[in-house]
Amino acid sequence: MKPLLQVNNLVIGAGGSCLVDDVSFEINAGEVFALVGESGSGKSLTSLAIMRLLGEGLSIRGGDVQLGTDSLFALSETQMNAVRGRRVAMVFQEPQSSLNPVQTIGTQIGEVLTLHRGNAPDTAIIELLNEVGIPNPEERLNWYPHQLSGGQKQRVMIAMALACEPELLIADEPTTALDVTIQKQILELLNELRRSRELAVLLITHDMGVVAEMADRIAVMRHGKILEQAERSQFFVNPSHEYSRQLIHALPQPDDYLEYETHSPLLDVQDVKVWFPERRGVLQRVVGYTKAVNGVSFTIGRGETLALVGESGSGKSTVGRAILRLEDTASGTIHFDGDEIGQLNQRRFASYRKRIQVIFQDPFSSMNPRMTVREIIEEGMLSLGLGGTDESREARIRELLERVGLEAGHLNRYPHEFSGGQRQRIAIARAISVEPELIICDEPTSALDVSIRGQVLQLLQELQEEMGLSYLFITHDLSIIPHLAHRVAVMRNGQLVEQGETRQVMTSPVHEYTQHLLQAVPRIPEHA
Amino acid sequence: MEVFDVRLHLLWSDILIFLLVASLCVFVVTVVRNPLARKRWSQVFESRIGSASFLVILFYVLIALTDSVHFQKKLDQAGDSGEVHYAPEVTSLLDLALAPMFGRDEKTYSAPFAIHSFAKENMELPEGGVMRDYPRLEHGGSHLDDDAQHEADIVVKSMTVVGWTLVPVLILLFLHHSFMKKRDSRLPWPVIYFTFSAIVVVSSWALYMSQFYHVLGTDKVGQDVLYGAVKAVRTGVLIGTLATLVTLPLAVLLGISAGYFRGWVDDVVQYIYTTLNSIPGILLIAASVLLIDVYIETHPEQFKLLSDRADFKFVALCFILGMTSWTGLCRLLRAETLKLSQLEYVQAAHAFGVSRWRVIMRHILPNTTHLILIALVLDFSGFVLAEAVLSYIGVGVDPSMKSWGNMINEARAELAREPVVWWSVIAAFILMFVLVLAANLFSDRVRDAFDPRMSGSGDNK
Repeated sequence: MKPLLQVNNLVIGAGGSCLVDDVSFEINAGEVFALVGESGSGKSLTSLAIMRLLGEGLSIRGGDVQLGTDSLFALSETQMNAVRGRRVAMVFQEPQSSLNPVQTIGTQIGEVLTLHRGNAPDTAIIELLNEVGIPNPEERLNWYPHQLSGGQKQRVMIAMALACEPELLIADEPTTALDVTIQKQILELLNELRRSRELAVLLITHDMGVVAEMADRIAVMRHGKILEQAERSQFFVNPSHEYSRQLIHALPQPDDYLEYETHSPLLDVQDVKVWFPERRGVLQRVVGYTKAVNGVSFTIGRGETLALVGESGSGKSTVGRAILRLEDTASGTIHFDGDEIGQLNQRRFASYRKRIQVIFQDPFSSMNPRMTVREIIEEGMLSLGLGGTDESREARIRELLERVGLEAGHLNRYPHEFSGGQRQRIAIARAISVEPELIICDEPTSALDVSIRGQVLQLLQELQEEMGLSYLFITHDLSIIPHLAHRVAVMRNGQLVEQGETRQVMTSPVHEYTQHLLQAVPRIPEHA
Repeated sequence: MEVFDVRLHLLWSDILIFLLVASLCVFVVTVVRNPLARKRWSQVFESRIGSASFLVILFYVLIALTDSVHFQKKLDQAGDSGEVHYAPEVTSLLDLALAPMFGRDEKTYSAPFAIHSFAKENMELPEGGVMRDYPRLEHGGSHLDDDAQHEADIVVKSMTVVGWTLVPVLILLFLHHSFMKKRDSRLPWPVIYFTFSAIVVVSSWALYMSQFYHVLGTDKVGQDVLYGAVKAVRTGVLIGTLATLVTLPLAVLLGISAGYFRGWVDDVVQYIYTTLNSIPGILLIAASVLLIDVYIETHPEQFKLLSDRADFKFVALCFILGMTSWTGLCRLLRAETLKLSQLEYVQAAHAFGVSRWRVIMRHILPNTTHLILIALVLDFSGFVLAEAVLSYIGVGVDPSMKSWGNMINEARAELAREPVVWWSVIAAFILMFVLVLAANLFSDRVRDAFDPRMSGSGDNK
């Protein structure tokens, strides 16, 4: 059988550099082909080139894309427009920004239908919404995107993509912005659709778990080149390229648990509530509260890591911010090293700032783009009056930079000159510069590529051993927990549903929600 | 020593403009020290439009600066008392440069390069009797022996002066070019050379020709229009910069504190600017200008010279304009600060116990500079135009002060005449147009360079 899509020797360049170099692959009808790689590997560019939607400054330097019997690069722009949407459709990563917020979803799907079929009866739209699993589609036809959840929005995006019955669906990181339980649902939906419609899917992702769940065949990309193409079963058992092996091994071992020992308590959080008042009217009366955190209790021992797990909106970040006193607590007590800190004012809390620090999720927004690395690291030391003289502080900054694996020569550079992983190292150096006892890590690795994630986690663990640090590790990524945390607390809707030793929670969860979460995690076949 | 027979007489606006230049120098020094800012600014100057419009703006600013060194000339000693008297009117350095245009007044209107007046007059013929005809101008073309040479003379003189200026300019540029060859520079030199030589040639042509003719004609009372239009440059440039500088501290202070502290501070600031915004701006300005007029009338002892009065009114107008138009930038800054203060680096600073003042100075203000810069340059051209509108409706600068608005205001009557007196409105229009266009183009480049979304190596991603 002739493959549906054939990409032959595709070369994409920008200026003097070659971003995609001699890429060839093919996809059959009804097959899921996964293009895997870290950020910047050229996988999204490849998909945009297939649609001929490359941005300004990028150009196709060579190669050929065959869809069925047509050569896409030989078509005129008008002919290409007929291909887009009708024969090849795309689903993007961010459903939030892919839907027009001022039009109902019915109108938006209808628009696609009219463009390609000429008419858009409500029944056709309802049928589509039904197919992608939106409940009560008759009613939701007139809803606006903000009334839908993230997962539902992605379903609507898929419905729009399917509206014209394409032969090929390009899904560019379709689940990266979604919670793990919703990711599972969307992946199941995609799987079902390709079976019922004989749809070819080009799945672009960096998540090996998703690949293992979904793909029939896999291609690994790095620096614009395809390093390896293999069947799924082959790939995970016996990867032929060194880099694929690295990618698979960078994944945390699912059954590699940290030994748990008892620690003397450092932080004790009892029944903490953080309520945000809702104000209405001219006088801004308080009419109610959003209960972001509603009665959470846990303790963290010295040198211990507690992982706080939950989906977005569960209030896990707010807990961290409350401990840092960036958010006021409505009630409850927070004891740090025996002292009550939950109700201190900013001035009295200042002495604890040195002892409790934070590392944020996004390495791009956690550093002021207009400050040099030196200024960023020394800010905390200066503010808290540490580091002594200028010379000793300078020496300390150099030492810190080298400790986190950067060079002292980087001191005068600006954050934008570093990669995501390097920036996260700077953020770590900034946090440990004041020698804290507790660090609150708010999703520090979720914006990083797999291989870099492993390195950063490794660094955090080394620092824990050296300095006796305690971590409150806030994350939605369950796969890294066994290897990292001594204990786990699972959070949902502002409350803890379960907490305990990692091994116990991960292997024999008691609460229904924890079980549900654990099932949703994509599994990778055991590898040798 | 004739030269020293003067007394420096600095007006308030002169002091302000030199303070401005000094702070600009400080700003340039900080930019050069900061590598990121230097990269951004060099991006502005590396674009052809950016460097060309900057040169034009620089030329205007130079005119304004030379027009801001005022002094009083010493009067001829009348008595023997030994007391030195100075002229009641102030003169500026620019007036010295424009000497050929000054004090060569005709009786009334005359067209550009004309040698005859624009209006007919009764003239007594030598042999008796009265004839009604266009009289010969007193100064325009007075060097001509034969009026028939008029057109030829204009062409010959123009060619000569253009030739004589082009030669040294080209030599200068050639020397510079061969010097620059050894150094690596990414500035668009051909455009800079072109703009520079165009400015030099046009200005020296106008200067030379006005020794013989009224290049842009004369106005109702026979004064040289070119002279008035060039003197108005200072008014335009000053009103643009001063009014912008008045808006800045208000907008920055209120906008950032509203966005950063939120709560009641935010409420108060929002109430202030919504209230201010809901009153028609023109009404506010007109009321304030009338107040100033009353103040001047009741305190004559503070304003000894006529130009002191005009200048006081002018500075007051800048302040009023500034006070009524800070709301736009304030709102922008409030929104940006609201966004920035939620960013993780601000949170991290809070977690280090960095004081609020330091957070504002180190984290928030530097990250709003692109907004401030863009608003600054855009406001500038807005204020230049606003001055014209205000003077047109009669609440602008003092009528004794040369300004484009006043020129346009007078043109109301001139345009209604038959045949039309078009030159003074055209002169004001061209000079204003060039300045506003240059400022707008320049601000476009600045925005492109400072907008994080536009630059390839942006801060965000």
